[in-house]
Amino acid sequence: MYAQMIKSEATQDDPVKLAVFQKRIDAGDKIEPKDWMPEGYRKTLIRQIGQHAHSEIVGQLPEGNWITRAPSLERKAILLAKVQDEAGHGLYLYCAAETLGVSRDELTEMLLDGRMKYSSIFAYPTLTWADMGAVGWLVDGAAILNQVPLQRTSFGPYARAMVRICKEESFHQRQGFDIMMKMVNGTAAQKRMAQDALDRLWYPSLMMFGPSDAESVHSEQSMAWKIKINGNDELRQKFVDQTVPQAEYLGLTIPDEHLKWNEDKGGYDFSQPDWSEFFDVLKGNGPCSTERIEARQKAWDNGAWVREARMAHAAKKRAAKLAAE
Amino acid sequence: MSNEWPLYEVFIRGQHGLSHRHVGSLHASDAEHAIQNARDVYTRRKEGVSIWVVPAAQITASSPEDKGALFDPADDKVYRHPTFFDIPDDVGAM
Repeated sequence: MYAQMIKSEATQDDPVKLAVFQKRIDAGDKIEPKDWMPEGYRKTLIRQIGQHAHSEIVGQLPEGNWITRAPSLERKAILLAKVQDEAGHGLYLYCAAETLGVSRDELTEMLLDGRMKYSSIFAYPTLTWADMGAVGWLVDGAAILNQVPLQRTSFGPYARAMVRICKEESFHQRQGFDIMMKMVNGTAAQKRMAQDALDRLWYPSLMMFGPSDAESVHSEQSMAWKIKINGNDELRQKFVDQTVPQAEYLGLTIPDEHLKWNEDKGGYDFSQPDWSEFFDVLKGNGPCSTERIEARQKAWDNGAWVREARMAHAAKKRAAKLAAE
Repeated sequence: MSNEWPLYEVFIRGQHGLSHRHVGSLHASDAEHAIQNARDVYTRRKEGVSIWVVPAAQITASSPEDKGALFDPADDKVYRHPTFFDIPDDVGAM
C-alpha cells in the first residue's frame, strides 16, 4: 500500500508494561503521543506513517506531470485540486509522525538519502492523459481500501489523519473514473489510450498491497498492535473483486488471461504481479525512481532560502513589534 | 535543523456556530503565516468560517499519569447526571 513492507521493530521493553499496553490496544483504546508505548511500536509507526506521508508527497509528481497539459480548463482545475489534496494528506501524516518524536526535516532527509521509502506505484511513469484517469480509478481506489480500515488504527493521531484523508479520497477516485468514462466513449484512439493505461498500471496497482501475507514476516506484530488492520492478500482480493465489474462497465479488458470468477470463494482468481519487479522497485530501481528523488531533492534545495527567509522575516517583525511597544 | 519552522496547533470553527475545534497542526514561520497555511491545509472544502492558531510550545497539557487523579473523582458522582433521578411519568417532561 502507501506503506509497504514495513519492518516491525523488535521491542525490548518491560514485559509488565508491554502486557498493560497490549491490553489497552485489545480493548480498543487509542494510544496518544504522551502515553507510554513500546519502543518497537514507536519506531514501526514512524516508519509506516513516514512512508505513507512520503508516498502522498511523491505521488504528486506523476500527476503534476499533466497539470499543464490537461485537455480543458475544468480538467486542469480538478487535477490541480486533486494534487493539492495529496500535499495536504502528506502534511497531515507528517504531523502525525512528528508526534512520535521525529522532526519534519529528519523525515525529509531520510526520504532523500534512501533510509525511508515511498510506495512502489509512484516509481512508474504517467505517459498519457488516460493515466490520470487510471491513477485516480486504480491507485486511489486501492488506497481507499487500505485507508478506510486505518481510521481505526490504535495510534490516535494516525487514525485522525486517516479520517480526514478518507473524506477527501473518494473525490480522487471518482474524478479518475470520470476521466476513464470520457476516454472510452471518445474516439477509437482515446479508447486505446484508456486500455493502454489500464494495461500498464494494473499490475503495479496490485503490487501496492505488498507481497503475499505468507511472505510478510512483519504483519503479525503490526496486526497485534492494530497499526495494520487487514492482510495484504485480503485487500488485494477485495480490490480485484470491486475493480473487474468497473472495467467491464468501461468496456476495458483487465490484462490477465487467468482472471476468472471463482464461485466457491465468491471472488475472482487472478494472476500475481511480478514480485521480483516489486522488490527491485522498492530498492529504488523503478522506471522513475531516480527522477522522483531528484525532483524532491531539487524542491528541498531550491526551497532552502525560502525556509530561511521566512524565519528571518518573522524575527524581524517580532523585533519591530517589540521596539514599538 | 534547529531552524525548522515552529509547530502551530490549528483550531477551526465550522459553519454552524459551534466552538473552534482542534483539527491538526502545521509548521509556519509565524502566526500570520500559520493562518495562511491553515487556510490551505485545513479548509479546502469550506470546513470553517474562522481559524485560530496557537504555537504548540505554548500549550500546557495534562499528563497521562495524572489521568486517575484528575478524572476518577467524577466516577462516584453519578448524581450529576439527570438520569440519576427517577421522575414519575405522570409529572410529564422535565
